[in-house]
Amino acid sequence: MYPTKYTKAASIDDAVKALGADEEAKILSGGQTLIATMKQHLAAPTGLVDVRSIAGMVGTSLDGDTLVIGAATTHAEVAGSAEVQKHTPALACLASGIGDPAVRHAGTIGGSVANNDPAADYPAALLALGATVVTNQREIGADDFFDGLFGTALEEGEIITAVKFPKAQAAAYVKFRQPASLFALVGVFVAKGSDGIRVTVTGAGDEGVFRSEALEAALTGDWSEAAAKGADVSAEGLMSDIHGTAAYRANLIKVMAARAVAAA
Amino acid sequence: MANGATGIGARVKRKEDKRFITGKGKYTDDVRMENQAYAAFVRSPHAHANVKSIDKSAALAMEGVVDVLDGHQLTGDGIGNIICGWAVASKDGSPMNMGAWSALATQKVRYVGDAVAVVIADTQALARIAAEAVEVEYEELPAVVKADKALTKSAPEIHDNAPGNLIYNWEIGDAAKADAGLAAAKHITEMEITNNRVSPNPMEPRSAVATYDEAEEHYTLYTTSQNPHVARLVLSAFYNVAPEHKLRVIAPDVGGGFGAKIYIYPEEITCLWASMKTNRSVKWTSDRSEAFITDAHGRDHISTAKMGFDENGKITGFKVDTIANLGAYMSLFSSSVPTYLYATLLSGQYDIQNLHANVRAVYTNTVPVDAYRGAGRPEACYLIERMMETAAREMGMKPAELRARNFVREFPHETPVIMTYDSGDFDANLAQAEEAADVAGFPARQAEAAKRGKLRGLGYSCYIEACGIAPSAAVGGLGAGVGLWESAEVRVNPVGTIEILTGSHSHGQGHETTFAQIVAERFDLPLDNVAIVHGDTDKVQFGMGTYGSRSGAVGMSAIVKAMDKVEAKVRKIAAHQLEASEDDIVIEGGEVKVAGTDKALGWHEIGLAAYTAHNLPPEMEPGLKESAFYDPSNFTFPAGCYICEVEVDPDTGTTEVVQFTASDDFGTIINPMIVEGQVHGGLAQGIGQAMMEQVIYDDDGQLITGSYMDYTMPRAADLPFYSVHHASTVCPGNPLGMKGCGEAGAIGSPPAVINAITDAIGNNNLSMPATPQNVWNALQAVTASQAAE
Repeated sequence: MYPTKYTKAASIDDAVKALGADEEAKILSGGQTLIATMKQHLAAPTGLVDVRSIAGMVGTSLDGDTLVIGAATTHAEVAGSAEVQKHTPALACLASGIGDPAVRHAGTIGGSVANNDPAADYPAALLALGATVVTNQREIGADDFFDGLFGTALEEGEIITAVKFPKAQAAAYVKFRQPASLFALVGVFVAKGSDGIRVTVTGAGDEGVFRSEALEAALTGDWSEAAAKGADVSAEGLMSDIHGTAAYRANLIKVMAARAVAAA
Repeated sequence: MANGATGIGARVKRKEDKRFITGKGKYTDDVRMENQAYAAFVRSPHAHANVKSIDKSAALAMEGVVDVLDGHQLTGDGIGNIICGWAVASKDGSPMNMGAWSALATQKVRYVGDAVAVVIADTQALARIAAEAVEVEYEELPAVVKADKALTKSAPEIHDNAPGNLIYNWEIGDAAKADAGLAAAKHITEMEITNNRVSPNPMEPRSAVATYDEAEEHYTLYTTSQNPHVARLVLSAFYNVAPEHKLRVIAPDVGGGFGAKIYIYPEEITCLWASMKTNRSVKWTSDRSEAFITDAHGRDHISTAKMGFDENGKITGFKVDTIANLGAYMSLFSSSVPTYLYATLLSGQYDIQNLHANVRAVYTNTVPVDAYRGAGRPEACYLIERMMETAAREMGMKPAELRARNFVREFPHETPVIMTYDSGDFDANLAQAEEAADVAGFPARQAEAAKRGKLRGLGYSCYIEACGIAPSAAVGGLGAGVGLWESAEVRVNPVGTIEILTGSHSHGQGHETTFAQIVAERFDLPLDNVAIVHGDTDKVQFGMGTYGSRSGAVGMSAIVKAMDKVEAKVRKIAAHQLEASEDDIVIEGGEVKVAGTDKALGWHEIGLAAYTAHNLPPEMEPGLKESAFYDPSNFTFPAGCYICEVEVDPDTGTTEVVQFTASDDFGTIINPMIVEGQVHGGLAQGIGQAMMEQVIYDDDGQLITGSYMDYTMPRAADLPFYSVHHASTVCPGNPLGMKGCGEAGAIGSPPAVINAITDAIGNNNLSMPATPQNVWNALQAVTASQAAE
């Protein structure tokens, strides 16, 4: 690892100041991707601004029908949260299946969402549930937040402070793990919400997480496993790599969607 | 001498595990020398390129960088090229085409990871950063990574002295007889079979700590080696690093080897030389990414095979054509793996009179390929056993029946590919496995699985392998550059405790326990009174190390020979002091007694008597220490039957191994618990190769599977609870009757797994690894062909 300067921010202002002072600095919020890439010399930020100790960034709460998760809340904390389990059990279940125990006790929802890895689990949940990303500057709807591989709507110096989830009538997430990394080769989140049925896919899209129009159309008329399996999911726009061709991923999207419908 | 609690056959817990499971093992990376510096290698990012220039100035300018050394300096100091130690000639008699391999490349790099320079710095982090600051100018050349493509006319040539990238074109058996046998066949099964390239992945990465003592002109190397004496010999005799008496090699605790730690790599050579150049101790420890691009890979064969059968299912002829990918350079034993360790086992458990195999070994722009757990024998077993299962299906016979009709039943049995099987009972292994696997109940289990939407399949593998490769004179005649005996020394201390010095090396096998067991049994002593010393060229005189499942059959036989000599001397001393005949002396219960009397000496009193020398027989030398070298008379032939049962999810192609049954014939078993552990580990690696593991390069020679993000290792949850059994015949070739157990699991399991999956999906055309995607694709092919009908 190249030398780097670590700063533990006590407040959002602190963090913004530290980021402003060093153009090459990165936000550290668990570091489960960032630290690994730094060790491999693939990233070499001159500064790391740790946001996990900022007051109010950690924890889960209910605000009426809205679930609020602090950005620095770990996956293990989300998985074990009574509020999350009550409000959206599918989300707790998703968090319990991210990475391995070490990752779940260090990685955070804010870090995952800001990184927008094309195989990450949380982006599928945010997009399917119509969540809102809260930053130190504004609120961004999930539909406007994710922007291609590793891309987001975040501006320089903008820090995610929380994610807000509306309540869904039914929701479930099922993923098929890439055999080596155990990341999602294909992960499908299905949700019945106030604005209809949303089906999102992670791990498979050339452009990262996306909503599957074919599955949403198929399930809107007929919320059933058979409808999901019979949906006309195209391989176009899907990734192909050594673990799965686009055609194989297209098949898995249908199969995982069917299993998610059964679990919802 | 009964010693039921700790002797031969006892499930003694491993003596070495206390330090391993409490984190107190002492591995090479734990060694900290005074004045220690760290090495980081500058490696080629290209698969094939000319090296135009190396600019070290930026790295040398960094504070804390001791030196930056390159291949011109290395060769200038007379360090020799890395060699392959087994000469395999082509069938036309021409010698193999071995290309030059310098520890640091000077003119040309031939695979991604080929080292061109080394940075020595005060810290590991700094060394790695400085290595990135070394600017190497390359002129890229076209690359070739697949063995069959390397033989095509348009392929780039990798070594000047290997036209067409051909290393050798070798054959064994009788082609005319095999052709005639095929011509006479009633049925012919023909298959193209690839054996996937795998990366060994021992838990402990390779490491080296080299120290040069300027005053004594003496070198010490701590290294992760399976055979430290061979390392010293080669470093001295071929690489001119130091004369043998000026070089001590220590392989302390080593965390797994699987073959990858047999060889002497550029890194160890460079660290030794760099320690002299810089007058600092130099440490290098591979990280996992570096291991993927430097540890010798395994397997990587492409074969076509034809097997003919008469109307009774008897094999009439068998012909195999194999291309073996040896990578960019010839590693230490690479030439022997696809020849004498592979084609010589192509007769399997079967009486095949007409057999011929042709093997072409080729260079490619990939990591060198050498022996990996099983080494050639898994490739042979996979080929034969896929052929047998497929042939049975094609002929509408039960796979077990077809095999049984061809089993060898009389021993010794000479195969047409130079092996002489000495013992075995293949029917017994098959019967034991079929009963334990409840083959009779399979149709009911298959029907039940179908109700759950799962495809259930059953597959067999009847393997035979050759271990304890020997005798030395015979392997020398086949081109081996070393002898393959083993040495041992038995030291009885004046207080009666015993130290066994062995040339075998334990890197997970549990020698400290099993070797002590045979000594405790022989002299009827507590196990704790016996210590095993290994892995240090200053302590053990010489040894050939541990690989090829040889430590039991060869290493322990040497200990037995040395114990014979100790026992003879003990009898003489006791007979002298107790005034009895040597023939009446019995060694039992910690005492040396005169049978039928109450006359006895404590075992410790014999030890003391030998060293005080106050009252020894006339002319007897003092002391109680004997050594022996044991050179076996033949290979040993472990064999067995494995039955795998799988369930395939047709929606995703995911395969679960629901049951795996093993019946092995390992001859005499010293510690069944350790042997079962060896089988479990071997099965995990075999199932890993069959279902998960695969090294993949892109067409430019970039390694795609360079980390655990893309290279799939088997995890505990992927594996079943094994059902492991033994039906043994005693090996007639060595004093303990042992055959060896270290590689069987990895050799026998892959075809059982693939045969089970192909049974489940109804498509014989499936290659390893049977990943979910590959199985799903094979299922789609079945659906498509059904639709077409």
